[in-house]
Amino acid sequence: MSLSPPHALAVWRRDAAMYRRTWKLNILPNFFEPVFYLLSIGLGVGAYINEMGGIPYLAFLAPGLVCVAAMNGASYEVTYNIYVRLNFEKAYDAMLTTPIEPDDVLAGEVLWALTRALIYGGCFFAVVAAAGLAPLPQGLWILPLLPLTGLLFAAIGLVFSLRIPNIDLFSFYYTLFLTPLFLFSDVFFPLNERVPAHWLWVAEILPLLHPVRLARAAFHGELSLVVLWDLTYILAVSAVLLVWARRDIDRRLTS
Amino acid sequence: MIVRLRSISKKFGSRVAVNALDLDVPPGVCFGLLGPNGAGKTTTLRMVYGVTRPTAGSIEVFGLDLKQHLRAVRARLGVTLQQNVFIEALTPIENLRVFGRYHLLREPELSQRIDEVIQFLELGSHAGMPVRQLSGGFQRRLAIALSLMNRPELLIMDEPTTGLDPAVRLALWSRIRELRAQGATVLLTTHYMDEAQRLCDRVAIVCDGKVVDEGAPGDLIAAHLAPEAVELDCTPEEESALLDGTIRAARRLRVGRRVTFYLSDAAPLVERVRDADHRRPLVVRPTNLEDVFLALTGTSLEAAP
Repeated sequence: MSLSPPHALAVWRRDAAMYRRTWKLNILPNFFEPVFYLLSIGLGVGAYINEMGGIPYLAFLAPGLVCVAAMNGASYEVTYNIYVRLNFEKAYDAMLTTPIEPDDVLAGEVLWALTRALIYGGCFFAVVAAAGLAPLPQGLWILPLLPLTGLLFAAIGLVFSLRIPNIDLFSFYYTLFLTPLFLFSDVFFPLNERVPAHWLWVAEILPLLHPVRLARAAFHGELSLVVLWDLTYILAVSAVLLVWARRDIDRRLTS
Repeated sequence: MIVRLRSISKKFGSRVAVNALDLDVPPGVCFGLLGPNGAGKTTTLRMVYGVTRPTAGSIEVFGLDLKQHLRAVRARLGVTLQQNVFIEALTPIENLRVFGRYHLLREPELSQRIDEVIQFLELGSHAGMPVRQLSGGFQRRLAIALSLMNRPELLIMDEPTTGLDPAVRLALWSRIRELRAQGATVLLTTHYMDEAQRLCDRVAIVCDGKVVDEGAPGDLIAAHLAPEAVELDCTPEEESALLDGTIRAARRLRVGRRVTFYLSDAAPLVERVRDADHRRPLVVRPTNLEDVFLALTGTSLEAAP
């Protein structure tokens, strides 16, 4: 293991320097996206629904959408952005002429993906809270969840991005992976009420399910053993995938 | 030695890019690696800064074993890559700041270094403009500025002036000379023999992953070819009539109709060409590094009959 935190931080600061130039453009859609979902699904569709999972529909919807925002924030970063830096801009080739090593690159990029998850999810949470849909202060427990969600989706996205031969394959990642996750991970309806009990274990494979369940637990202040399982899932899957990504990034950057 | 390579080899699958290559770069010189495309120059440079790991052999930089002191070695060298790498939306100053942090530079030193390299490469007039708006020459100067942020003792440059106009090349050469005068060692690759001849104290000619010959440009020329070159267009029949058994060209190079003769004294041949047709165009010039390069790496050069 050859990780140097100051060098990883320098990689993070590169991304931050770039983001500072574009954040004004990025942050606006960030605010509008949740508003549109809350208006359309929450108020529009929700008008026909009295309650879901035992609570008003808007309140059911809000915490899951915060996690989706965090997932998207991390995913944009570790898909298109990383791919461009790696294959077109050759940013890492330049870094590796300095004392920075591949492990630092990986750590810096993951850290930046967590940061983006926090920014995206944080914006969404601010809107949700302003709309009175977040029970405060206990709803604030969702904030530490955002980097965790970012970690999980950074790890998944990195493994994908480091292995695909062609940038067009990201459309598969988005439409065949992230979109189904978004639709079937407890965000819009409680899975355990719609899926036969003996198939529920399959749903447990879905990565987004775990942050969403944790977010809902945070909002509603329910602490149970499931929380422990969700945390374990997120950390274990991230760790396994990052070990994989670490090998890949070394292979891609050195020869 | 600043760089010491001992029988290093690099295979990519079954392709041998570098084949038991030895190289010594002494301190304070400008050292040129010359060779045709695919000769293994870039791979050799990448091995010197540790991004490509040799299949066999040993590498020492600054007297340190590279494998064990990778970060320490990289902290003391700078690399100008063949392809410029910038954050195009940011200004030169912002790019330099980002890059300086890769070397863990902090304020106020970071800003001092930025001022220093901007001044050295005369980037001041465009230092606040997004990089994507800069001309090719400015961008190349910025790329070199980035590699100087850590005040490197060894500057590695992969084709530093490829694709630049003559004025920019001249300006860059003078900067590189000045760096060497300040005590830095420069290791560069180039396809331009005039660049190598004017800029480099020593050159190594690389072909098929091996050093074919090495030395000061003048010594290499003297060792391989006669000092005077005569170039003219003629058919093989005209050529044998011209030489006529009495003039001995040490070697000759024919590419299509164009023939170059290498002679210790060009006068008799020039006289004979003039006698036959006084308006026939011909070039008499000193033999240069390009001739040696072609003699050592080219396939079209043959010894004179």
